Amino acid sequence: MGALLSRLNPQSLRILGLLAVLVLVVLFFSTQIPHYLNGRLFNRISSSVAIMALIATGQTLVILTRNIDLSIGSIVGFVAFATGGLISSHPDLGPVLLVTYSVLLGAAFGAVNGVLVAYGRIPSIIVTLGTMALFRSALVEYSDAKSITTSNLPHWLVNFPNTVLFQIGQYQFRAAFVAAIVVVLLVHFMLNRFRPARKLYAIGSNPEAAEMAGINTSATVFVAFVLAGALAGLAGFMFLARFGTITVVAGLGLELKSVAAAVVGGVNIFGGSGSVIGALIGAVLIDLIDTSLVRWDMVSEFWREAVLGGLILLSVAADTTLMRRLVNLRISREKAKFSKARNVQSQEVAE
Amino acid sequence: MKNAGAPGKILKRLKSWEGFLALVLGIIFLANVILSPQYLSLLNQINLFQLSIEKIIVALVMTFIIINAEIDLSVGSMMGLGACVFGWLVQGGMGGGWAILVVLLVGLAGGALNGFFITRIGLPSLVVTLATLIGFRGLARVLVEDRGITDFPDWFDALGQNGLIGPVPFALIAFAVLFVLLFIVLQKSGFGRKTYVIGTNRDVADYAGIDTARHKMKLFLASGLISAFAGLLYAARVGAVRGDVALGFELDIITIVLLGGVSIYGGAGSLIGTLLAILIVLNLRNGMALINITGHIQTGVIGLLLIGSVLLPKLNLSTLFRKNKGQPPEQKEESA
Repeated sequence: MGALLSRLNPQSLRILGLLAVLVLVVLFFSTQIPHYLNGRLFNRISSSVAIMALIATGQTLVILTRNIDLSIGSIVGFVAFATGGLISSHPDLGPVLLVTYSVLLGAAFGAVNGVLVAYGRIPSIIVTLGTMALFRSALVEYSDAKSITTSNLPHWLVNFPNTVLFQIGQYQFRAAFVAAIVVVLLVHFMLNRFRPARKLYAIGSNPEAAEMAGINTSATVFVAFVLAGALAGLAGFMFLARFGTITVVAGLGLELKSVAAAVVGGVNIFGGSGSVIGALIGAVLIDLIDTSLVRWDMVSEFWREAVLGGLILLSVAADTTLMRRLVNLRISREKAKFSKARNVQSQEVAE
Repeated sequence: MKNAGAPGKILKRLKSWEGFLALVLGIIFLANVILSPQYLSLLNQINLFQLSIEKIIVALVMTFIIINAEIDLSVGSMMGLGACVFGWLVQGGMGGGWAILVVLLVGLAGGALNGFFITRIGLPSLVVTLATLIGFRGLARVLVEDRGITDFPDWFDALGQNGLIGPVPFALIAFAVLFVLLFIVLQKSGFGRKTYVIGTNRDVADYAGIDTARHKMKLFLASGLISAFAGLLYAARVGAVRGDVALGFELDIITIVLLGGVSIYGGAGSLIGTLLAILIVLNLRNGMALINITGHIQTGVIGLLLIGSVLLPKLNLSTLFRKNKGQPPEQKEESA
């Protein structure tokens, strides 16, 4: 067992672990809540997780480089509002243009963060604390104390999140969910197969070494922030489509939720390791627990956050402890191999 | 600040940072005096502190935590939890005095929980306190659900709302006393020196025989305790508690501390800097409120100030170097 464990890639091991936890949670609640396991559960979770999956992915890109983006919630809010404003004044705009607008607007906000962090050399937590407030107040100014309501929006936009692309039995695959999953998989593929994307990991593991290895760290960190902004922009579009009604507090608090999803998904907060698939499962896990607790009769719905906080703490503690064990296991295995090789060598010499 | 050199150099840099903050404060003060006639009145001056008194008290302890190269995101939730525990106990018939004692114990317990996961399990404080930010807030909501609790003892409300010495309320006096105490601890005591040393380089501190885990535990206990205390002050001042008391305060508090020049990487900063940042933020908010600028815009201006205050000195320094010396600036790695 130990030998098998130490041979598996820690990243895939972590994802297997997360999936196991996911299954356990589903099994547990299916014994507690009548009619729990059906297509409705899947449909509910999948439509609410689309937004979180996107911003958790963006947050992961930034965290990989040993930075953090606390302005994501404000970007989502601003983009949702601005996109809603645009479509209500120009109702004949097509979906492609509208999504492009959202993504570019988000990327522009991300670029502001990126310039300040990568070229201004200000710690990201300071920059994004500042821009979190700044983007939010920009939204307040821009909105002029008005809100966007569903009646301002064209039908195709409001119907978009619930459009069923295809269906397997009771499980509906809705447009927003499928789009989010495609984006996450695309980012995952890039991170693992696309050479420049590996720079994110290199910088996060050791910024000085990355610099010496000839990596342009500033440019890479800048790009990470721009991508996080773009993903937040896309999430802003989804937010608008899903909720329809957008006020100046839209997206408030999403920044910490996205960090929580990434961390539960095994992304190291100090950079250098983690995967967007992990972050996606983290987002699903949090959402699943959140929705299930509401339906669980044993506890009042007010326990949701308390339980969630405890679970995040336990999952991260378990992850860290297990990973430490695993590293020790590997070290001892390598040591054993090494001493065996040396024994053989010395025997050969003796002969 | 790995290679900042001699301690004199650090002192000089600190002095100039605090000088810069004092200058900003002076400008804000003058602008306020010119723009609004009621600004200088004693009542407005007390009100200015009173409106944010809970945040600025917690900012004092947060200064220690960040100098120690840690962070505590759970302070806002602990303030909320403290206030809600108090409301819940008083509503359940417990005497106010006992309830206060229990709240302070809850604060210590919360701090111990953070400290346990950070020092014993070895998790990053950013992650642990992010989880307890959600968890403590959750517990607060479990206690009061979606109700508001208002029936506090009269003396408790009076303590929060009326002047204790003349027009000066209890909370402001508590802030002043706490500031002086903590200033002595941080700047003059061994505990304070350890806080800096551990923040500069934890490994070195460990090798020097400092029990760094124990030290960090003490800081998180203090943070929990003071946050719960601040929650009580909030309950007394407003005269009511709800589940969302002090929601999001942690980010305001951290903004103040960072604006005060405390390094997010630990090891540098001072309580004088934090005090100046407190005065800047409060006076700026007050001034803007007096000329009818609303909450979100105020926060935006403070966000701009936070970024600008870190960015501008850097730009100035590097251009000065180039012009005066006629040679490239010395390669000085920021510890970013």
